[in-house]
Formats: sequence, structure tokens, C-alpha cells
Amino acid sequence: MGAAKIAIAVSLLITMGVLWLALSGHFHDPLLLGFGLFSAAFCVFLAWRLHILDAETSPYHHIISLLVYLPWLMGEIIKTNIIVVRTVLSPDMILTPRLVRVKHLPRTDLARTIFANSITLTPGTVSIDMDADEIIVHALLKEMVNPADFANMAARSARAAGENPITTDEGKAS
Amino acid sequence: MSTVLEILHIARFGLAGVFLLGGGFFVLAGAIGVLRLPDFYTRLHAAGVTDTMGSTLILLGLMLIAGFTLLSVKLALVGLFLFLTSPTATHAVANAAHKAKLKPLLGTYRQTRKGDNEGGSQ
Repeated sequence: MGAAKIAIAVSLLITMGVLWLALSGHFHDPLLLGFGLFSAAFCVFLAWRLHILDAETSPYHHIISLLVYLPWLMGEIIKTNIIVVRTVLSPDMILTPRLVRVKHLPRTDLARTIFANSITLTPGTVSIDMDADEIIVHALLKEMVNPADFANMAARSARAAGENPITTDEGKAS
Repeated sequence: MSTVLEILHIARFGLAGVFLLGGGFFVLAGAIGVLRLPDFYTRLHAAGVTDTMGSTLILLGLMLIAGFTLLSVKLALVGLFLFLTSPTATHAVANAAHKAKLKPLLGTYRQTRKGDNEGGSQ
């Protein structure tokens, strides 16, 4: 067990402890605090037994880039929500559903997960299927499948996951 | 000084009311969308409105009422977990339909105010 793994275990222990404190609200009783510490440590032990103590378990070194990404995503969510609600509530409802393949995905698993989840979180587009080099997206309106918008969101999610934006091009990276 | 705080205290509840009403509106719009939209995939989009704007606005309104307490921290955690789990659940449902070879409605679909439907091909 290397130093990196111990750092991950400690950060997971701290997260679990803070979560326990926030959810229980017990700050003074030593017996209950002891139980809380025990359950947090037991969770870390279980994660170690499951062999899932890796960088994905505690992605805290990306927290600043994620906090930069979140406000932009919230803005997009608000914009698309208004479009979808206006479409759905208009008396003459006109839909142009599309099924498109989005290519040029970010490289790392974390960036791809953020990208696919962002597509689903913005109403009007849902990621339906994903394989090695593309995501199949269903969209409610044809205005929502603009490739430039997907490329922008892919670049931003790559940056949120701490990925170097230049290396998203597979050919140049290797 | 105290009058400013009092105004803020009253405005807090007013703003919370606006947020809660807004959240209720988006939840209602999502429900109407689920009923009006023609097929499975398009209905997912209306459900997404409830998941995102509806829940966020309601949680923000409740956090304003709770103020700087542990309750607000818990509400923020609920919001965080909803943001992580709701796209996963939506994707799981959509992916199941796709794997089962359910064909989406494509092209142009019109629903007029009289209730007539036209367009859209499987």
C-alpha cells in the first residue's frame, strides 16, 4: 500500500467523517462521535476490501476546476429549461426530435462521465448510449443538436476533469 | 443597522416564496410535458425539467427559510446527490429502452390546440 493510496484513504475518511457530522448533528457526545468515526473508518475499510480505493474514489484535486464548471452548467440548465418549458406549454406544440451521434469525446473516464451527465442534465438532450468514440444523444428540438455546442461542452468538461485541452485530439496526444 | 437586518429577514421569506412558487411551476410544467409529449424518449426531456429546475428552486427556497443552519447543509447535500443521481437514472432508463430497440419518434411532430396530431415517423 503506497503513499498515494494512504492519502486517498485519509481523504475518504475525512469526507465520510464530515458527512457523518453534517447528517447527524452530534458534535459533543464522545460516545456517538466514536461511533461516527468507527463507521467512517469501516466504510474506508470496505472500499479497500472492494479494491475501489483509487483516484476516482476521492477526486478532490479537481474540485476547483469543477467549481468553475458548475456555474456555467447551471446557466446552460436554466437556458434549456426555459426552451423546453416554452415548447411543452405552447398550445401548438411543434417538436423536431433528433437522434445524433456526438464524436470527439474527452479522453479520460472522469471527463467523459461529466460530459455525458451534463448532456442528460440539460433538459432537451439525453445521452442514450456510449461506446469508445461516440455518444448517441436524443434531442427534443433540432436546434439542440448543434455540433459546436457539444464541442464546447466537451472541451469544458475536459477542463473540469483537469484534462489538458490540447490532448483531446487523439492523434496529437500519442 | 437593525432595520436593515429586519428588512433582510422579511425579504428572505418573500424570496423563499418566489423560489418555491417557481419550483412548483417547473414541476407542474414537467408533469404537463410528460402527459402531452408523444413518445417515450421525448417524455424523458419533460421529466428532466422536474429533476433540474424544479428540485433546485424548491431546495433553494427551503434553504432560504432554514437560514444558516445544519438543515441548509443537509438540503445542499440533497441537491448535490440529486445532481449526481438523476442523470444516471435518466440515462439508465433511456439506455434500457435503446437496448430493447424501442424506436424513437423522429422528424417533425405537430400537436395543435384542437388536439390533432400530425407528423413524426418511427
